[in-house]
Amino acid sequence: MFQIHVSTSINGDDTEFSCEADETLLDVLRDRLGLTGSKEGCGTGDCGACSVIVDGRLVCSCLMLGAEAEGREIETIEGMAEGQKLHPLQQKFLDHAALQCGICTPGLLIAAKSLLERNDNPTEEEVRYWIAGNLCRCTGYDKIVRAIMDTAKDMRKQAKPTKAAARKKVKA
Amino acid sequence: MNFQPGKDALKRSFDIVGKRTPRPDGLDKVTGKARFGADMTAPGMLWGLILRSPHAHAKIKKIDTSRAAAVNGVHAIVTAKDFGPCPDDVLDIRENVMAREKALYDGHAVAAVAATSRAAAKQALKLIEVDYQVLPHVTDVDEAMKASAPVINSKLFTKGLDKTPKKASNIAERFEFGHGDVEKGFKEADLVVEHTFKTEATHQGYIEPHACLASMGADGRGDIWCCTQGHFMVRNVCAGLLGMDASALRVTASEIGGGFGGKTTVFIEPVALALSLKANRPVKIVMSRSEVLRASGPTSSTSIDVKIGMKKDGTITAGDATLRYQGGAFPGSAVPYGAMAAFACYDLKNVRAIGYDVITNRPKQAAYRAPGAPMAAYAVESVVDELCKKLTLDPLDVRLKNCSTDGSKASYGPKFDVIGLKATLEAAKAHPHYKAKLGKNQGRGVACGFWFNFGGETSVSLTVNSDGTVGLSVGTPDIGGSRASIGNMAAEELGIPHDKVRCIIADTASLGYNDVTDGSRVTFASGLAAINAARDAIGKLCARAAGIWDIPVEAVTWEHGAARPSSPNAGKHKPMTLAEIAAQAGATGGPVAGHCEINAEGAGVSFATHMVDTEIDPDTGHVKILRYTVFQDAGKAIHPSYVEGQFQGGAVQGIGWALNEEYIYGKDGKLQNAGFLDYRIPVASDLPMIDAVIVEVPNPGHPYGVRGVGETSIVPPLAAISNSVSSAAGVRMTQLPMSPPSVLKALGRI
Amino acid sequence: MARVQVWGSLKPALEGADEITVDASSIREVLDHLAAHYPAMKVAIDRGVSISVDGRMYANAIMVPLQPDSEVFVLPKLVGG
Repeated sequence: MFQIHVSTSINGDDTEFSCEADETLLDVLRDRLGLTGSKEGCGTGDCGACSVIVDGRLVCSCLMLGAEAEGREIETIEGMAEGQKLHPLQQKFLDHAALQCGICTPGLLIAAKSLLERNDNPTEEEVRYWIAGNLCRCTGYDKIVRAIMDTAKDMRKQAKPTKAAARKKVKA
Repeated sequence: MNFQPGKDALKRSFDIVGKRTPRPDGLDKVTGKARFGADMTAPGMLWGLILRSPHAHAKIKKIDTSRAAAVNGVHAIVTAKDFGPCPDDVLDIRENVMAREKALYDGHAVAAVAATSRAAAKQALKLIEVDYQVLPHVTDVDEAMKASAPVINSKLFTKGLDKTPKKASNIAERFEFGHGDVEKGFKEADLVVEHTFKTEATHQGYIEPHACLASMGADGRGDIWCCTQGHFMVRNVCAGLLGMDASALRVTASEIGGGFGGKTTVFIEPVALALSLKANRPVKIVMSRSEVLRASGPTSSTSIDVKIGMKKDGTITAGDATLRYQGGAFPGSAVPYGAMAAFACYDLKNVRAIGYDVITNRPKQAAYRAPGAPMAAYAVESVVDELCKKLTLDPLDVRLKNCSTDGSKASYGPKFDVIGLKATLEAAKAHPHYKAKLGKNQGRGVACGFWFNFGGETSVSLTVNSDGTVGLSVGTPDIGGSRASIGNMAAEELGIPHDKVRCIIADTASLGYNDVTDGSRVTFASGLAAINAARDAIGKLCARAAGIWDIPVEAVTWEHGAARPSSPNAGKHKPMTLAEIAAQAGATGGPVAGHCEINAEGAGVSFATHMVDTEIDPDTGHVKILRYTVFQDAGKAIHPSYVEGQFQGGAVQGIGWALNEEYIYGKDGKLQNAGFLDYRIPVASDLPMIDAVIVEVPNPGHPYGVRGVGETSIVPPLAAISNSVSSAAGVRMTQLPMSPPSVLKALGRI
Repeated sequence: MARVQVWGSLKPALEGADEITVDASSIREVLDHLAAHYPAMKVAIDRGVSISVDGRMYANAIMVPLQPDSEVFVLPKLVGG
């Protein structure tokens, strides 16, 4: 079969690969690039375990062809931490025990990251509907929702300077 | 000295146990580093694919693989011919992993191919020619029991009857439990209610499909990497099926993406091994989601009659149940456990439960979290609920009045030891949820549930490193976070910080035998073994200190992570910490380690009470969960976050089972909804927060009082939700799932 | 002397008795006695049973010692998930 040559960027790294026309991005990530953090739970876009971010948009990588990655920026779970520094969501998931078996965790973290990038103050309902495309069978979602909302709260606190610090700035 | 259940005292105050410590395997799981079943590769690896029957029941007259073998890249093809004689106890598994004379269900494996790429394997699969003779099929449990049903196995004669029948049927066995005189009991009742209930088959729904990588060498030795709840079981079953010594096969358990009982057996591993043997190359097989639903092990669909008699004052005078479960095309459904668990929450003088194990043209069932019990509890608790409503009695008070207690005789025979059912009922009654106001179209339901919990064969090895850190090897795959709890129990016992203990899951070559991770047994049994292993190591550490101090070993005691002279008479010696003794281990006799191999006894049964409020939309039939609270006895919660996690996860699986999940078979006997779109498990937007109340009535059989918690949490939800919906709808719901069309039908809207 | 009861469908195997007493000091002795005296019990025991001794459940454990008046119950082998 004739393979297609693709140039793309994955977690900030320039990446090239060849793949069959009918290979999904998920197949490419896992089987050609060794990035096994994204998981296949269903292959039909129903479980979200394969979630990645493509040009800033949350996507099921099993519903996208490998060839469609050409010229795009892909973010996977492997790129979520910055070196040893975990993304706040990753830390909160650990703090809240928001994972049991962990198979859905990469997809959920990517989905939650995508949510918080566009909405830093989601309600519980907004969180639940945003992650409705990510199936978890172990936790019942309770601790996951708490972890995401707690992360949002922390991120908002850090983004806003406190009133006292603001007053200090003015005085100076 | 190993802990003696019922004899040795329980520890009551703890430094580490009970705290919410960080989970040791957590970092790998939030960064995508953790390796699950499908995440492993090997040099020269081939991809395996399985050809599956499109018919629910058919004779396999001929399989021609010649055209498939000619496809470039194909290195091996296997069929039933490649699975020779095997021990009796795995005959059914052998037939389930690869059909022999007949295809017994839609999705039954008939052949398999290993090729250099998935594309080549797919192409080859299409070229395998199977000559089927389609036979009549049956998929419904009640239909399968009729005399007119097609007989699936001409050699199946019902066991457990007074006289073995001469005619074969689909009824594999009859079970009976109980005591007293139910007819007499019904006569004493002021009100008798009886109903028949039906539940459909559901799947454990683990997000990770079955996956394995098998590698057989020309020397007859092999390695398997697979996601499983029991790698020692995989080794033993695969060795049996392939005619190998157990020691010739080494199985490594990957991280597992959910099991819930569905991964306590094998489906693809023997096939991958057989392909690898033929090809002399590693073979990787990963099931697709549709294969998982069609051809792994869902739970039984059931049909249950329950009759209960109650006096006006709420005393239950008799309970009688007949349970019919179909377990797919092979005998072995969970009906005996359903029958045993059905009335387990009640202390009854007159009780009887009869179970029928039935076969149908469906995949071979596997355990699903407290196998058999949720459906039985659904039926019994629904009738109790109806009696309470008709007699205008409080459902919690009636349960408190009749509940099983310490020393009461279980409905399945033995007397209970110390149990916590009453404590969960009292906690439920006192909780604010019970007083929350209900509005229009809303209803509240409560239900109790029970599970046996197991001990089982368990081996643990504990090594003391020269820097004072500790390695703990266990053989029970971690499906819920148990590594954290087991490590903490060892740390507690040794008196060292929890992060100085590293707990791993060892492979089958590195450790003694371990039963599968099931029966909610791991925190109990591996924990017990870890405590014993720690005590073993402590004994040796004390002996080293005694040697160094030149005092008798009886004069040394272990406290707060150090060896100390047990009394002033023993002499003035500064305590030696674990690290200090470890540093001198080589010089004082060699490495220090502890171990424990036991058949763990003393597992404590656990009970739960669930409370749920629902609201029905009378126009759409949709049911919304408003509030859900779990009250469950954990004995002693080693790591409260993971205990809560089990409560919440079990409750939500129950919600899915009660409201929407079902296997839908067409008239052609084929599964219609073999994907996550139409086999719809609960998503985050379906649910509220699930409140988890941990009750602790210590189990005298474990040094810290631990009871298993993983399974009991799925037993009450079907009943609690049905009771809630029945209350909101004003009509008794007798069929699951209570999906919108089902609710509208019950309301008379369609 | 252990008091032995069996689950309902095997009661016929005990030839009508609700409970029998067996002079045994371990589970193994109870099982050996049952298998030797009641052929239908032997079939069940060979297939696998769980035993409850004074309320505590044992699967596959034959060396468990019994008290002078232990209550022993024979049940189907338990499976979990």
